[in-house]
Amino acid sequence: MDAAVSFWATPGGWTLITVGQILLITVGVLIAVAFLLLADRKVWASVQMRKGPNVVGPFGLLQSFADMLKFVLKEVVIPSGADKAVFILAPIITVILAFMAWAVIPFAPGWVVSDLNVGILYIFAVSSLGVYGIIMGGWASNSKYPFLGSLRSAAQMVSYEVSLGLIIINVILLAGTMNLSQIVEGQSGYFWNWYAFGGGQGTWPLIVVLFPMSIVFFVSALAETNRPPFDLPEAESELVAGYQVEYSSTTYLLFMMGEYVNIVFMSAMISILFFGGWNPGFLSQETLDGLPAWIAYTIYLLTFITKTVFWFLAIALVKAFVPRYRYDQLMRLGWKVFLPASLVAVVITAAWRVFAVGA
Amino acid sequence: MLQGIAFYLLAATAVVSGLLVVTARNPVHSVLWLILAFFSAAGLFVLLGAEFLAMLLVVVYVGAVAVLFLFVVMMLDVDFLKLREGYAKYLPIGGVVAAVLLAEMIVVSSAVIQGGATAGLTGPGAPDPDMSNVEAIGRVLYTDYIYFFQAAGIVLLIAMIGAITLTLRHKPHIKRQNIADQVNRSAAKAMEIKSVQTGQGVTPEELL
Repeated sequence: MDAAVSFWATPGGWTLITVGQILLITVGVLIAVAFLLLADRKVWASVQMRKGPNVVGPFGLLQSFADMLKFVLKEVVIPSGADKAVFILAPIITVILAFMAWAVIPFAPGWVVSDLNVGILYIFAVSSLGVYGIIMGGWASNSKYPFLGSLRSAAQMVSYEVSLGLIIINVILLAGTMNLSQIVEGQSGYFWNWYAFGGGQGTWPLIVVLFPMSIVFFVSALAETNRPPFDLPEAESELVAGYQVEYSSTTYLLFMMGEYVNIVFMSAMISILFFGGWNPGFLSQETLDGLPAWIAYTIYLLTFITKTVFWFLAIALVKAFVPRYRYDQLMRLGWKVFLPASLVAVVITAAWRVFAVGA
Repeated sequence: MLQGIAFYLLAATAVVSGLLVVTARNPVHSVLWLILAFFSAAGLFVLLGAEFLAMLLVVVYVGAVAVLFLFVVMMLDVDFLKLREGYAKYLPIGGVVAAVLLAEMIVVSSAVIQGGATAGLTGPGAPDPDMSNVEAIGRVLYTDYIYFFQAAGIVLLIAMIGAITLTLRHKPHIKRQNIADQVNRSAAKAMEIKSVQTGQGVTPEELL
């Protein structure tokens, strides 16, 4: 027993554990994305009164795997005018960055690969890098539509990052930490402790600011991940398919996978920052602490997954319901509506934290 | 040992990508190498325990500044072969600048090694080992150096306003969308119902 314990404490054991955790999360997210992609298509189909994919496997459950096989088995076509190295690097960077962000996501108390003190900044850094995959892909294709698409996308992502960052500052001000696990712990207990509902005792009147901000965060997340109604980088009616026009087979699959992993990641972020992360919200912390550990952890994990899936389905529904924005309207919304609104929210939250009685 | 390996890996990447920034033929490749250099510098910051600075370096330089570089380089139609023609002519000046920079860096780093630059740092500015990075920087920035911090903010604000006033032009004949007007528009405001006698028709004047 002692030998085993000391082995896991050595650098070698630590490396093994971390690699194992990374593999677990990567594979878990990949499988989740495969089924969520199907769910996305099913939701979209039901809104339009179609059946959606229903041929491969029961209810079409294996559709995503069939698609993946098809993508992988096809030939990778690289345009002759393309910058080969950058062209291939772009989708790889997209997918790596999409998975990198998951390193700091806490699934349950202590269930996180890297419990960084600056977790939120890390996420911010990684997601601000995400734009490079798209710019590089668009430029390396050496073609007009991809280039236009990538420029649009870069401008869009840089714009909405600003409001995302300011909204996150509200949460940081309430939690007093940038560590994601501690942010979730700050929302433990009943659902009125969640930051979307003001964060419980002392700060509950901030619901006036924070609930609208959680919605603004949701909309900004749509823009940040290039989802409809803000999918202008790939607006097929104007740009064919934007930055991914020239991509085929595996390289296209990687772009697609990166996009969906990012969407699921954003759903997870919404639930962590505003809707209590792993906290179920209808049980007090004492009740949960009183339960046997395995039951409590099952509840935590299931809660987190349920919330993430809920927000993913919300994003899927928005795709089905809302028509696409025009580009100038998108920029107007980002710079003239969301940015001032989130700035005001930061000022109000900060003022409340400093001046309010008992806060 | 792991830290040593990480340091040499990151340092080597930074130096090599820095070299490639200067030597790459394609300017877009130069910018991409520059991004790699920034990124390895951020990694070095993490090794030093300055994770806040590392993340800020990535967010600000890689996420924003380098994106703008990339924009400009991609969209400018500059003949870069022409730019390279004067390579030999500008080599001496560039060499002098590089030599001066190298000398300065050697002076600074030797001062740091002797503790000359940080030896006098006690009292409010000295970092508390228990404090997290963010807290330490925040404390110094918002107490001792608050006026400088605010001044820097005002300088940035003025620069931003200046840039906007220089580039914002309202051309007189261009229609602009006013979303409030559109939302407030109702059927009563937009149309008028006139009764027209059967068989009589209307002239355009009557409609106005």
